[in-house]
Amino acid sequence: MNSKKQHPPARENRPRVSLFVTCLADLFRPSVAFASIKLLEQAGYTVDVPRAQTCCGQPAYNSGEYEATVPLAQQVIELFEPYDYVVAPSGSCAGMICHHYPRLLQGQWRDRALQLAAKTFELTTFLSDVADMKRTRRPPVSLPTVTYHDSCAGLRELGIKEQPRKLLRELCDTGVRELQQTDVCCGFGGTFCTKMPEISGKMVGDKLASALATEAKILAGGDLGCLLNLAGRARRQDQAIEVRHIAELLVGDLEGPAIGEGQ
Amino acid sequence: MEQHSQTFIDNASEALGDTAKVQRRDLLGAFMPLVRDAAVEKFGKFEALRQHVKRIRQHSIDNLDHYLARFEEEALHNGNQLHFAADGDELNSIVLDICQQHGARRVAKGKSMVTEETGLNDFLQRANLDVKETDLGEYIIQQAGETPSHIVGPALHKSQAEIRELFLEKHDLGQRDLPEISDLVKEARVILREHFLQAEVGIIGSNALIAENGYSMLVTNEGNGDLCANLPKVLVICTTVDRILPRAEDATAMLRLLVRSATGQPQTCYTSFYSGPRREQDIDGPLETHIVLLDNKRTEIMDGNYREMLECIRCGACLNHCPIYTGVGGHAYGWVYPGPMGSVLTPLLTSLEQSTALPNACTSCGRCAEVCPAAIPLPDLLRDLRHDESRQQLTPVRWRKGLRLHAWLARQPRLYHFITGIGITIMQRLGRKKGGFRRLPLASGWTSQRDLPSPQGKTFMQQYRNGSGPGNE
Repeated sequence: MNSKKQHPPARENRPRVSLFVTCLADLFRPSVAFASIKLLEQAGYTVDVPRAQTCCGQPAYNSGEYEATVPLAQQVIELFEPYDYVVAPSGSCAGMICHHYPRLLQGQWRDRALQLAAKTFELTTFLSDVADMKRTRRPPVSLPTVTYHDSCAGLRELGIKEQPRKLLRELCDTGVRELQQTDVCCGFGGTFCTKMPEISGKMVGDKLASALATEAKILAGGDLGCLLNLAGRARRQDQAIEVRHIAELLVGDLEGPAIGEGQ
Repeated sequence: MEQHSQTFIDNASEALGDTAKVQRRDLLGAFMPLVRDAAVEKFGKFEALRQHVKRIRQHSIDNLDHYLARFEEEALHNGNQLHFAADGDELNSIVLDICQQHGARRVAKGKSMVTEETGLNDFLQRANLDVKETDLGEYIIQQAGETPSHIVGPALHKSQAEIRELFLEKHDLGQRDLPEISDLVKEARVILREHFLQAEVGIIGSNALIAENGYSMLVTNEGNGDLCANLPKVLVICTTVDRILPRAEDATAMLRLLVRSATGQPQTCYTSFYSGPRREQDIDGPLETHIVLLDNKRTEIMDGNYREMLECIRCGACLNHCPIYTGVGGHAYGWVYPGPMGSVLTPLLTSLEQSTALPNACTSCGRCAEVCPAAIPLPDLLRDLRHDESRQQLTPVRWRKGLRLHAWLARQPRLYHFITGIGITIMQRLGRKKGGFRRLPLASGWTSQRDLPSPQGKTFMQQYRNGSGPGNE
């Protein structure tokens, strides 16, 4: 495999995790992918990044372009099925693989999709429920006050709620200042935010107001779609709240500018 | 009812411009989920019962022919007259015929979304019948000349002050102040009582039809349904074929989910079972009862991919939990049924061509499906409708082309990484200092509401390949 050649040989008996980078981390926020690799390595895994990966197919799928999504889903399955685990720093991409590939595909491909789904995890779920972060023996990261946006796909398709909070407690010794109506969508919704901008604008405005009301310094979340939406709105309203991905917080990577912040 | 679903985006824009109404809806969107959650939690067996009722609903729809035949037999045995209406026009004609046979001039009407669907009130009024809605919410919007904004609370969009103004204008009752809600209710009651006593025909809807005994179940909080059903000499129940349930205990099981989901109550103030006309030993009740069963595409839906939608029990929870519904309100959806359930039902009951915006009014957040007592996967059904739109070429061409191009490019990893690498490098150089873009070509939808954060640097794939990333020691 192409990707295996470029990496140091795996240490014996270290399980191999492949990172599904996600297209938004690839394009807008590479630090999220680097932070994810670091966390997985700290947890004792060998991390591979299959180079031929691109996008999970959500834009086409959620717009009802099922036929265009099928070959993309098959590409992801072929690329990632050789690994012990697949981890993605996004609830919606992991949800796409776990829930929607089996719904989209048929026959043998559906079986393969189900097999891939069984070993695919969103990052905080993997670190919290599969990996043993207590073994990492790394010094705790110190963070300013944090509020957390639960992204809908992660929350409802994968049940991600406690995991990021637990990791923040255990790795950063930080509690979350909960925002009001935490289970309500931020208005991103993939192409929705550009198809129905005004409604999306109302939703992201409400969500940002809830986050600001907590007076937390950082607004964190597990999905870059929502975070780009929230950070973009915070910029538009000249609000100073720092918007960051949970992976960056967990490794203590707060040096660089937050999402949407100038250099 | 005239349909305005195609202008959903403009309707929504107008709705969002009315700040006072936006605030009312925000309160509703915060409050209703709280009362629903509290009721569900206190009940404790919601999920188990939801699965149980789901199986019953599926079974009922799967065996609709059988249970309808049984219902018919039992209902006829109880002395009812049964009518089947293929579409809305047919239902309206049947009801008008019944009214005319009895020389009726006044009709007392209970709340019924089915008759909203068929436009019954207008139809009867054109035939010079005096039709009065007797559910307080329905009465208010009838006086205001509006349509329901919510399937359970049709006048939720109206403030107390607006209702007061309306009553002062519409009721010729002389000088009065009506400062309290109770004053408004009292006044409506006075007007409606008179009408109940004078009406020759009562029309109500139904929450369930029970096959084993031919009964029709109705829940209300005002008792107006019972007055419509018992005071006029003729009762007409208008409902749809998919309300059928096998047994009485199935209806009461469904009831436990319905009321908690709708209003957060353990049960409504009134739950009534109507068997048929007054029997000799009865002291009251209608002399004649009719049950009009409307199909209006339900059996067509049964044979298609959206069959699960027939399991909807019309509680309105998906509306209360949908941030788009609570954001823009029910009228923006432009037809009878709003919110997530309406965005599925409207294209199915009218046409997809007239409703293409509605399946797109969804972020797939899944909150509706999470609370739906009938466990209908609403976001999946809405996505499937978007798929239908694409196949029927109803999606705007540039969207379709753009998404297909992206999907194609994503299947050529080398080309994808090359092109995105160039694009991101340019964007990053332009936006790095400021951190984001206020405006961008081809992204006006995004930038009309928020900046686009600038990419952080080169793409991950570029950095990773070059070994320049912090994680690639």
